[in-house]
Amino acid sequence: MTEDWRGVAAEDLDAIDTAIGLRLAARSRRLLGSLLRPQLRGVCVAIVLLIADQLALLAGPLLIAAAIDRGIPATLAGHPATLAWCIAGYAVAGASDALIVRAFLRLSGRMGADVLIDLRERVFAQIQRLSLAFHERYTSGRVISRLTSDLDSLQELLDEGLDGLFSILSIISIGTMLMVLDIRLGLVALAGFIPLGLLTRWYRRRSQHTYRRTRRWIAQVIVQFVETMNGIRAVQAFRREPRNASIMARLNDSFADAETEANWLIARFTSTVRVVASVSIAVTLLLGGLRVLEGTLTLGVLTAFVLYLRRFYDPLDELAMFANSYASAAAALEKISGLLEERPTVGDPVAPVPLPVPVRGEVVFDQVRFSYGGGREVLPQLDLVIPAGQTVALVGATGAGKSTVAKLLARFYDPVAGAVRLDGVDLRSVADADLRRAVVMVTQESFLFSGSVADNIALGCGCSSGQSASRSEVVAAARAVGADEFITALPDGYDTDVRKRGARLSAGQRQLVSFARALLADPAVLVLDEATSSLDIPSEQAVQAALTTVLAGRTALIIAHRLSTVLIADRVLVLADGAVVEDGPPTHLIAGTGPFATLHSTYRATLLA
Amino acid sequence: MTPHQKPSLAVLRRLWPYVRPVHGRLLGSGVAALAAMLAGLGIPVLIQHLVDGPVAHRDRAGLVVLSLGVLALGMVEAGLIYLRRALVARPSTDVEKRMRAQLYHHLQRLPVAFHDRWPSGQLLSRAVSDLTTIRRFVAFSGIFLVVNVTTVLVGLVVLVVIAPTLGMLPVIMAMPLVVLCRRYERRYESAARRAQDQVGDLATRVEEATLGIRVLKSFGHGPRATRTFLAQARELRHTELTKVAVLAALWAVIIVLPELTLAAMLAIGCYAVVAGSMSLGTVVAAITILTYLRWPLDSLGWLLAETGKATAATTRYCEVLDTIPAVGDPPQPQALARPMRGALRLEAVRFRYPGAASEVLRSVDLDVQPGETVALVGATGCGKTTLTALIPRLADVTGGRILLDGVDVRDLALADLRTAVATGFEDPVLFSASVRENVALAVPDASDDEVRRALAVAHAEQFVDALPWGLDTRIGEQGLTLSGGQRQRLALARAVIGKPAVLVLDDPLSALDVHTEAEVEAALRTVLRGVTALVVAHRPSTVQLADRVALLAGGRITAVGTHAELLVQVPEYRRLLSAVDDAVVAR
Repeated sequence: MTEDWRGVAAEDLDAIDTAIGLRLAARSRRLLGSLLRPQLRGVCVAIVLLIADQLALLAGPLLIAAAIDRGIPATLAGHPATLAWCIAGYAVAGASDALIVRAFLRLSGRMGADVLIDLRERVFAQIQRLSLAFHERYTSGRVISRLTSDLDSLQELLDEGLDGLFSILSIISIGTMLMVLDIRLGLVALAGFIPLGLLTRWYRRRSQHTYRRTRRWIAQVIVQFVETMNGIRAVQAFRREPRNASIMARLNDSFADAETEANWLIARFTSTVRVVASVSIAVTLLLGGLRVLEGTLTLGVLTAFVLYLRRFYDPLDELAMFANSYASAAAALEKISGLLEERPTVGDPVAPVPLPVPVRGEVVFDQVRFSYGGGREVLPQLDLVIPAGQTVALVGATGAGKSTVAKLLARFYDPVAGAVRLDGVDLRSVADADLRRAVVMVTQESFLFSGSVADNIALGCGCSSGQSASRSEVVAAARAVGADEFITALPDGYDTDVRKRGARLSAGQRQLVSFARALLADPAVLVLDEATSSLDIPSEQAVQAALTTVLAGRTALIIAHRLSTVLIADRVLVLADGAVVEDGPPTHLIAGTGPFATLHSTYRATLLA
Repeated sequence: MTPHQKPSLAVLRRLWPYVRPVHGRLLGSGVAALAAMLAGLGIPVLIQHLVDGPVAHRDRAGLVVLSLGVLALGMVEAGLIYLRRALVARPSTDVEKRMRAQLYHHLQRLPVAFHDRWPSGQLLSRAVSDLTTIRRFVAFSGIFLVVNVTTVLVGLVVLVVIAPTLGMLPVIMAMPLVVLCRRYERRYESAARRAQDQVGDLATRVEEATLGIRVLKSFGHGPRATRTFLAQARELRHTELTKVAVLAALWAVIIVLPELTLAAMLAIGCYAVVAGSMSLGTVVAAITILTYLRWPLDSLGWLLAETGKATAATTRYCEVLDTIPAVGDPPQPQALARPMRGALRLEAVRFRYPGAASEVLRSVDLDVQPGETVALVGATGCGKTTLTALIPRLADVTGGRILLDGVDVRDLALADLRTAVATGFEDPVLFSASVRENVALAVPDASDDEVRRALAVAHAEQFVDALPWGLDTRIGEQGLTLSGGQRQRLALARAVIGKPAVLVLDDPLSALDVHTEAEVEAALRTVLRGVTALVVAHRPSTVQLADRVALLAGGRITAVGTHAELLVQVPEYRRLLSAVDDAVVAR
């Protein structure tokens, strides 16, 4: 099915599972194994509990039989103790059964929860590790579906998992018992497993395919859902609702179709399992009965056989359900393990080189070449030295490579060739935590997280592990960028909830908060990428005033479309097609006749008109 | 635990509209389940007969016949199992599908204010995991709950008829059982509710962590974000364990009470036999019946837990569905006169955000003549964006009114209003779809020519053509692979493609760089010709596109005039716009 509305450039939806199915299955199994390994002891205890429970269950009927067969005659004969013991024994067996079940449920519940939290942590940490290049093509909706609905499938398996284990134990033990009782009849009974094996294989293949489809479609549903809700303003303003509804209907239909197919498969599978079991029971009965008639089998053995036979096939239903949950979870694990398998293209170094303390902030681009995903070269070869403490403004038309330079310095990407160095150390050799303390980038989007204004500013706190910024530090940072005034005017001041994506604040206010965040981070190198676009002139002036003091002693790289911001720089670089075409102090360049001088005069004209 | 917990049945009744179209099949499935259970019970009885009869009496023909009987009964059971599942295969997914479509439809109608308030993960978890829970309940646990309770009741009646004295015991036992079950079920339901809310919170956290990945990365905040996430996941784990503990206790009660009853039956029965007041056959029959009821009884623990989950899921679902869209179509929409003149008039417009203490807008009066462009200027956070949202009714005024060609916008059909008024947001909101799809948002069937014309107007044609697949290039989520200027130009193209009568543009040039600003300005000038426009502006260059400028301050329009007039007359305006960075320029 083609996703025409998502454009031909839409990545192949099965991109992460183009590899051979077997390899995928092995990968999911490996993941499952690594998740279950820490639970091994728990599983052993659970098996012991299951066996104990089985014993308690077996004791019940025996005690009833004893009460009737022996207790009553004994009581009639004047010995009431036997009957009393039998009855008390039954009550104890019943109570132990209940207690064991309770213990078992609690244990298996805890193990399931532990496995899930383990996996949640792994996936979330992996998301944080993966590079931007990955996130740009993967979309948040799919990440969310991995961490929500895919995990739900695993939870179902875990809920049922130990029951499945129990079914297998039960089948093995009863099978052995049957063979011990009578090997020939036992073989007849076990012969049913040949068609069952084939049946299970058929089911595994078919259901795997179907469940893969359900996973894929539900992820699409989630992507569509998340995008609609995030862009609800545009959706409503542009009357996108009907078109969205029809897209959603199609995705929802495809998901429901896949689910329905899975339901049909289970219906066919479980009922066919029953058919095999019935045929097997009937044939065993017939042959066994005939042999009793011939005198080659005793009636007692046949009776025992028949009693066991039914219990032999009963767990098959559970096993079928287990096979089903497994198939569903396997499809989910395939996707999750694929995500976990991704290696960040921008990874932490194996042997990190420490930055000098304190970081001076000298930045060098040494013969840097860069292109996005093997496309057109954005930077053919960039050589640039920014001495520590210098403020550099990047100027250039859209596509000149300004943002790319900024992203390379913040190590959102790594150069294809050459190196970016901070104080002489290749960024690729710096531990991520060190790098982030030294270099901070403020982007155009000024993303705010739900929580208070203070929380959002404190996010910048460069302080190490866990420790968060004090209120006075937060306020000081806000004051420095001129955000204090509007924040204190909010209903709860710094504790005001900014709501989803900062909806409570205006775009300009969000940018001020982002700025305060960066100030609090107190990095040696500050990168500002179109960070002041939404500010009005007074706010921008406040920010500029702040910058002149803040940037003192700091290295800064500023991309601004406003020349007013550019003019506070020590040095201006004009970029064109990834190369520096003009370089010098702004006043010097203005006085010249180069592209910057032209730009500046146009700008003056717009301001003064 | 929760004080206002509604009875499960009252909540689950809300599923009826979705279940009604398929209720026949659900009923059929229930009947098949019951019949399968009976057939399953019949097989051991038949086997017993086979062993006691033909085998004991060396009756070869009887053996064959009864063996075939066992086979036949097994086949019937298998057939019924198939029927039970096959009957609900489609209906259960249909219920889920319908409920999801309904939720999605409703959410698209709910106003922006609702979406700002509700964490997106909470909406998503309702649309996905809650509906999965409900589907399972409809297809499985709901049916078995009815079937098993029926079986237990029928079994008890049979028991009372066969052995009135012994039969009273389970009836007495049933009372504490029902009370305890209800109590545990409620506790389970409230824990399930908490767990599902926490699942939603986790989803929100995940969404923020991926959408805000740039910020997290640039501050090296990843490890800390993971810790916060983990702390939240631990809370969920804690709730899950509470659920498990409640379920385990419930299950233990459901096992132990019948077992103790059976022990009591055994005691009373045996002593009655000893005393000669009861036959041994009656005791055996009574005990056998109770043993047969064991599975239906045992499974109640699990079924009640599923019911609790389904109840919590339904409650959560209905919470959203019961929110009445504050902004909707009027009962009798008025039609706009064609062709539209495009007169926009704001009369004493007031606006207060829900729950806010004070009004953002207090009596805004503004007249925009047909074809005129008015720039709206004001300090950061003074309510300009709020004002622009009121015109296409993304939110409704809380006082006063907005007139479009003399008609209150609240009297227009939303579709008509939003066709007439196009909005360009400051934050361009792009979707992970092709460029064409993003530009033609309002006109899904727009031709390539129309899309290109709109792109040309926004001066976006050139960079779009340079993209790898041109118009078909898929823009990454939120369009973050594009520069701010590129995104804003796409948003502009989107606003002009439907040829609206009124354009509302929120700071359309904020992210354009000096190189393109002049170009887009020129383009905008042509766009604005002949269209009524309200343009929010921060920059002198944008203001110059306007015929008149309105200054918004303190929730009112404090001055209206041309740029030049206001510069001279209004100090506040001068502060905002002419504070031309002379100081910096001079530096």
